[in-house]
Amino acid sequence: MAKPQLSVVTPPAAAPAISLNSVSKVYGHAGAAVPALDRVSLRVGVGEFVCFVGASGCGKSTMLNLVSGLDEPTSGSVDVGGRTALLFQEAALFPWLTAAQNVELALRLRGVGRAVRRQRAAELLALVHLGEFAGKRPHELSGGMRQRVALARALAQDADVLLMDEPFGALDAITRDLLHDELESLWLERKFSVLFVTHNVREAARLGDRVVLLTSRPGRVAAEFAVDIERPRRIESPAVAALAGRITEGLRAEVRRHGED
Amino acid sequence: MAKTEIDIALSGLDALEFDLPSRPSRALALWNALWPKLAAITLVLGAWQLVVWSGWKSETILPSPATVFPELWREVRAGIILPAVGVTLRRAVLGYSTALVIGCALGIAVSRQRVLRQAIGSLITGLQTMPSIAWFPAAIVLFGLNDSAIFFVVVLGAAPAIANGLIGGIDQIQPVLLKAGRSLGARRIAMWRHVILPAALPGFVGGLKQGWAFAWRSLMAGELIANFGGHRTIGFLLQNSRDQVDYPAMYAAMVVILILGIVVDSLVFGRLDTAVRRRWGLAD
Repeated sequence: MAKPQLSVVTPPAAAPAISLNSVSKVYGHAGAAVPALDRVSLRVGVGEFVCFVGASGCGKSTMLNLVSGLDEPTSGSVDVGGRTALLFQEAALFPWLTAAQNVELALRLRGVGRAVRRQRAAELLALVHLGEFAGKRPHELSGGMRQRVALARALAQDADVLLMDEPFGALDAITRDLLHDELESLWLERKFSVLFVTHNVREAARLGDRVVLLTSRPGRVAAEFAVDIERPRRIESPAVAALAGRITEGLRAEVRRHGED
Repeated sequence: MAKTEIDIALSGLDALEFDLPSRPSRALALWNALWPKLAAITLVLGAWQLVVWSGWKSETILPSPATVFPELWREVRAGIILPAVGVTLRRAVLGYSTALVIGCALGIAVSRQRVLRQAIGSLITGLQTMPSIAWFPAAIVLFGLNDSAIFFVVVLGAAPAIANGLIGGIDQIQPVLLKAGRSLGARRIAMWRHVILPAALPGFVGGLKQGWAFAWRSLMAGELIANFGGHRTIGFLLQNSRDQVDYPAMYAAMVVILILGIVVDSLVFGRLDTAVRRRWGLAD
């Protein structure tokens, strides 16, 4: 594994946390090759929150796999300045471990000692407001609570970059709203970088500093939207809705393009 | 501070999740688990008695429960049954634990190596379907009429089932758990220890249980065929009572075999299965 282990200690100003340089990814082999990403170039600054939206087949998950080091690009290069942590739509907690043990395992795999592990796990669960549920197993928790444990587990990795693959996609609207607030306040406090993939345009406008619209089959960067809305934001605010409207138009144009083929 | 607001809202949401009905009391749960078993036993004994009453066979060759159970009790008090159970169970445990080690090693090796799977995956299933009694002639030729022959057959009976159970358990792991493990930095041994093996456990328990059933059958077959050297085992009691035309004792030995099978299955594997399924959130 060639995962970069650089820790970002006072990085030079405006140094990118992540840069993708003309990255392409093709699955399969000649004859039955499926291009997932096509010459995607992209920079994400340290502490920046970037959302990616796109229709099916835009290679969003492929991109996160490349950045996390779980997969290699076919061509181009991916530079990641720091440790990454992945969050999925499923919380992907280990069902045989309690909430606290799930968080502790992340610390243990990084070589953190037992006593420190226990204390850190308790702190992190308290941070996501789950202190009193430390002893519960995943199946005893609701979907939103599981996702918060997964968030605590990701934070336990002490990651500089959080890679989130539709993490709130399976949650009900109220829970999702609250988790947006939660994620935003954690991010404001800790200033890690976030790559957040979603189908939900409003969610992207609610959370991101920047929203990147990707084309489908293969994925390319179609447009970027800077989000100049003051934080903390609310998903129902007119500014968020207006931006979401503009992004949706872009997305529709992209989907139509495939309908005309 | 905005945080307290989130805090209150989240704990409100969480509190709504935890309004569960209380569980039934322990005594009631025990009764609920017990009565179907008691009913089944009564039914079987009743059917047995009815067959005897029907006069289908003479009572000398098919005695009633009322004859067999007092005979069983007499043998228990005479100190015949328990030592025999001891010897048989010791053989079972020894054979089964050896099969466990071999089965696990085989299962892990096959799961890791695609080539190995293609080469010996179906061979393992083939071995599993081979009736253990078919191994005895070869076992006796190879090891002679002794404990080793029985041990060999018990291990051969159980190990493929255990290996297959482990392979199946590993195949059924949700890919997202493996991905989560890898993204947490688990590699090789850490991956097996913290992710793959625990995640495979629910499926593996089925293999353990099946392995036990195979081991137990092989052992009984072995003790019937290779009863030598005066070892007083359950299989010996069964065969010996037939040779001596002591039919109540023969049926008593069968009852012992059945009870042992049921007890081990429900107390060891049943409990293990329930415990694992509960902990993994697959059952209430």
